[in-house]
Amino acid sequence: MHSGNKRLNVLLGLGVFAFLFVPWYRVEGGFYAFEWLSAFPTGSDLAPGLLQILSEGRSWLAVALLLFLIGASARFVVSADTRSKLLVATGAAGIVFMALQGLAISFIGWAWTFPETMFGALPLGQPAMGAGAILVSLIFVLFIAFGLAERGFMKGDAFVVGSITILIFLVTVFIFYPIGSMFAGSVQDFDGSFKPDGFIQNMQDPAIWSLDCVVGGNRCGVAWRTLFLAVMSGLGSTILGLAFALVATRTRFPFKKGLRLLTVLPIITPPFVIGLALTLLFGRSGVVTEALDTLFGIEPSRWLYGLTGIWIAQVLSFTPISFLVLIGVVEGVSPSMEEASQTLRADRWRTFWRVSLPLMKPGLANAFLIGFIESMADFGNPLVLGGSHGVLSTEIFFAVVGSQIDPSRAAVLAIILLSFTLSAFLAQRLWLSGKNFATVTGKGDSGAHAGLPKSLSISVYGLVLPWMGFTVVVYGMILVGGFVKTWGLDNSLTLEHYARAFSVSFGEDGLVWTGVAWNSFWTTMEIALISAPLTAAVGLLTAYIIVRQKFAGKNAFEFALMMSFAIPGTVIGISYIMAFNLPPLEMTGSALILVACFVFRNMPVGVRGGIAAMSQLDKSLDEASLTLRANSARTLRKVILPLLRPAITAALVYSFVRAITSISAVIFLVSAEYNMATSYIVGLVENGEYGIAIAYSSMLIFVMITVIAGFQLLVGERRLRRENRVAGVSKSQKIRFTQEKTA
Amino acid sequence: MSELKPGSVVFENVRKDFGTFTAIPDLSITIEPGTLVTLLGPSGCGKTTTLRMLAGLEHPTSGRILIGGRDVTLMPAHERDVSMVFQSYALFPHMNALDNVAYGLESSGFKKREARERAEEGLDQVGLSGMGHRLPAELSGGQQQRVAVARALVLNPQVLLLDEPLSNLDARLRRRVRTEIRELQQRLGFTAVYVTHDQDEALAVSDRIVVMKDGEIAQEGAPRALYEEPVSEFIADFMGEANVVSCEIVGRDGDDALIDVGGLKHRLRARQATTGKARLAVRPGAVVLNPEATSGLGGEILTAAYLGDHVEYEVETKVGNFFVIDHAVERSLAPKSTVSLGFRNRGLALIEA
Repeated sequence: MHSGNKRLNVLLGLGVFAFLFVPWYRVEGGFYAFEWLSAFPTGSDLAPGLLQILSEGRSWLAVALLLFLIGASARFVVSADTRSKLLVATGAAGIVFMALQGLAISFIGWAWTFPETMFGALPLGQPAMGAGAILVSLIFVLFIAFGLAERGFMKGDAFVVGSITILIFLVTVFIFYPIGSMFAGSVQDFDGSFKPDGFIQNMQDPAIWSLDCVVGGNRCGVAWRTLFLAVMSGLGSTILGLAFALVATRTRFPFKKGLRLLTVLPIITPPFVIGLALTLLFGRSGVVTEALDTLFGIEPSRWLYGLTGIWIAQVLSFTPISFLVLIGVVEGVSPSMEEASQTLRADRWRTFWRVSLPLMKPGLANAFLIGFIESMADFGNPLVLGGSHGVLSTEIFFAVVGSQIDPSRAAVLAIILLSFTLSAFLAQRLWLSGKNFATVTGKGDSGAHAGLPKSLSISVYGLVLPWMGFTVVVYGMILVGGFVKTWGLDNSLTLEHYARAFSVSFGEDGLVWTGVAWNSFWTTMEIALISAPLTAAVGLLTAYIIVRQKFAGKNAFEFALMMSFAIPGTVIGISYIMAFNLPPLEMTGSALILVACFVFRNMPVGVRGGIAAMSQLDKSLDEASLTLRANSARTLRKVILPLLRPAITAALVYSFVRAITSISAVIFLVSAEYNMATSYIVGLVENGEYGIAIAYSSMLIFVMITVIAGFQLLVGERRLRRENRVAGVSKSQKIRFTQEKTA
Repeated sequence: MSELKPGSVVFENVRKDFGTFTAIPDLSITIEPGTLVTLLGPSGCGKTTTLRMLAGLEHPTSGRILIGGRDVTLMPAHERDVSMVFQSYALFPHMNALDNVAYGLESSGFKKREARERAEEGLDQVGLSGMGHRLPAELSGGQQQRVAVARALVLNPQVLLLDEPLSNLDARLRRRVRTEIRELQQRLGFTAVYVTHDQDEALAVSDRIVVMKDGEIAQEGAPRALYEEPVSEFIADFMGEANVVSCEIVGRDGDDALIDVGGLKHRLRARQATTGKARLAVRPGAVVLNPEATSGLGGEILTAAYLGDHVEYEVETKVGNFFVIDHAVERSLAPKSTVSLGFRNRGLALIEA
């Protein structure tokens, strides 16, 4: 039990530190500003835990102290059984107490009514948890972990048990607690009292559920419209994706490399940029609209603003994703199946129709569901193109920022959206799992894929070539758009937009960033740089636990993590506001909330990438390390991480890029101090300043291409020196990552 | 590597379940310090699970494991005083041979300099001096195997575990390396637990062999005892091939029994057998084929295969078919020809019915 004592000693030291030397509650102005040091340890807000109990009258905190001391006493208990039981029990009790007291006691006293009737009114309330309280909560979590480790859980590996419990704790706090708060918020009034009226009224709102478009002549409710749009976008992107995949693998198309380039586009394109480009083409004063007007006298109209426009933008955005998914599926159909079919007197058409296509069916369903979920979650395109015909994600946004602020309505809409995406996600997981016929068997599968039947080949080209042209034009608009003065009115070229956004001048103090975009640009870079390594670390640690460790509830653990991926950004945004605006955890307006949002939204991708990479490493490598006296932390650091370097790089790049491009959750969480590039651009669009918006967007795309290319070079170099088994990892990584993009 | 400290190993009523599947129902083994014990058995018999529980890579569902007298049942792998040579060697591909060997030393808290010095020594021990800078990919299979052994040995473990250490080597190399391992073990005197499914390997290296079947010990003993006195048909067949036929014990004479196999009389050690019906295991080389004589047990050749230094026959008799290895290659018996069978003095054993 020697090493068990060592780690407990560390915990005890931390506990003393938490109770004595840091403010228990949240410090206004930020902990890391360290301005609190001057007034510490006096003052109702700044006092550490012990003084809060003794002199500030917050006597309920004594329970936490008592539980900590009982847990700490386990350090001196000899019997392994008693000791571990004691640790687990006090840890569990402690964490439950911390959560309860945080929720039950707010600024002004009891937050709920029943404890007030039981214990009487409190003389004073408490602010949000701060360094001390959070540290003590973590210590309780680790009490549980170390207690379980000493009971032989996870082969007695304290590092693994600790990681699992902390991950569960973090996921609970940052995913389940916000979602729960959102549910609670839907049935609460402004003052927090239970009032289901708003919930009931919103749930029955005809603006959401009306089916007028079927029976009457009016528009359907927003829920049906969103669903319809998602189905159409899913179908559109799947069909186009399949066409692209067939062209890339089954024809003699000369520019296959160029086709593959397409797959990078969705990663680097901020989600509203396509919508923006479409506006410049087909909007009321767009290039095409104007040309049609002058040439044929076709009146400019607002047809683009609505479901049609959003649909076009979404199909443009999601086709590359579905192409990526389907290229694997199409390649995965074993050539010998097709050859067998041909030797059985089937012609090409029959072979395709009766053999190839049915084998691809599960893959097609998967691509459709991905497109469906993406469309549901998309926020940027509907915001730019939706006009008055919104979809759920934008309606949620307007319910909290619009003229009639109605958190209950936002919560109800979010719940509806969440239930749509979660159903799709569950369908994808449960119904499609184990139904993939098109797997590569590992047997030598020689032979060539059958060519496409003539008629099919023609129609596939007919779809792909115009769409490629269209994509090129759209991206061309993004590049050119920043250099045009005012679209439609004055099409002369100018550098004015770039100058306004990114100008610098040399003042007395040296370089001055005078451009309007710099502020949000640097904030974005900062937040992205902070969150990228955290995302990669949390993601890979989780992957390590899922791949390499067996424990009860592992499937549930994995499922819950992956499920968080199906939660649309808007839902995360709204739930973060509802959860982290008030004690016990107050983070709104800080950089922390943005970082937390990115880490927990992008983590599932890191997890999947890590799982893919780690399953390719022989398990006996870890076991060898363990039998060579290295504990799992050392094993992870010395053996697994060096071998996973390409996967780590990919995860870093991906989370960095996603932090830059995402908008849906971010737009709820930005503040004047921490504004992000995407929400700044959306603000520009709303003010009609398309020129700067486009200029800024192309700048972002340029930065991301540079970053990706830079990392690509680094990883590529490594690949030359590494043996095949590991080298394969980075390649498959990128493919996997790009499948996961959501708005 | 001079101060190796051999430790004993004790399994006490160990049980291991994987979900609903019971890999090992109830296992008790004692291994004396300084001996090399082989766990032998077909795949799925639980031998590797037993080894992994000893290493701490699996934890038993119930029961106790002691190493050198200390209870290690719940101790994690990295705290145990054992080390292991893996079937795939599991050399870290991103470290060179020296770093691989030094890895365990550094994990145990040795200073980097000393760890390297000891690692160099370890590589010397296995005859790889000067190869330290090579990556595993730049070493041959046999060299990789030796790095894996050195990596495990430099830690001076109480017990060295070897999980099918030779299965990735070709036949010729295998014979050489197994001699080297045995020689190293006897020179340094450590306790070793060796897992294999190859009975030749087991016979060649072991002090004792534990044959396992379905998670239980089928028979345990010195190599010679296992080969010459198998207790069951499974052991007889697994430790080198055997023809198992019915016979009748017609009488006892001191330690010996007189048996009758389809008319053929023979005399052999009785062990615990009593008169009456019994089962007899006959090694393929213990059968003598005689084309002329017609007394005793008669048979007909079914197939004959010439294999250079011996001929393999399948012979049909009234007590069952015999698989026979005949070293008289100069005379070859054609299929369908009739022979009479006789037994040599060695290579027969009465087994449990």
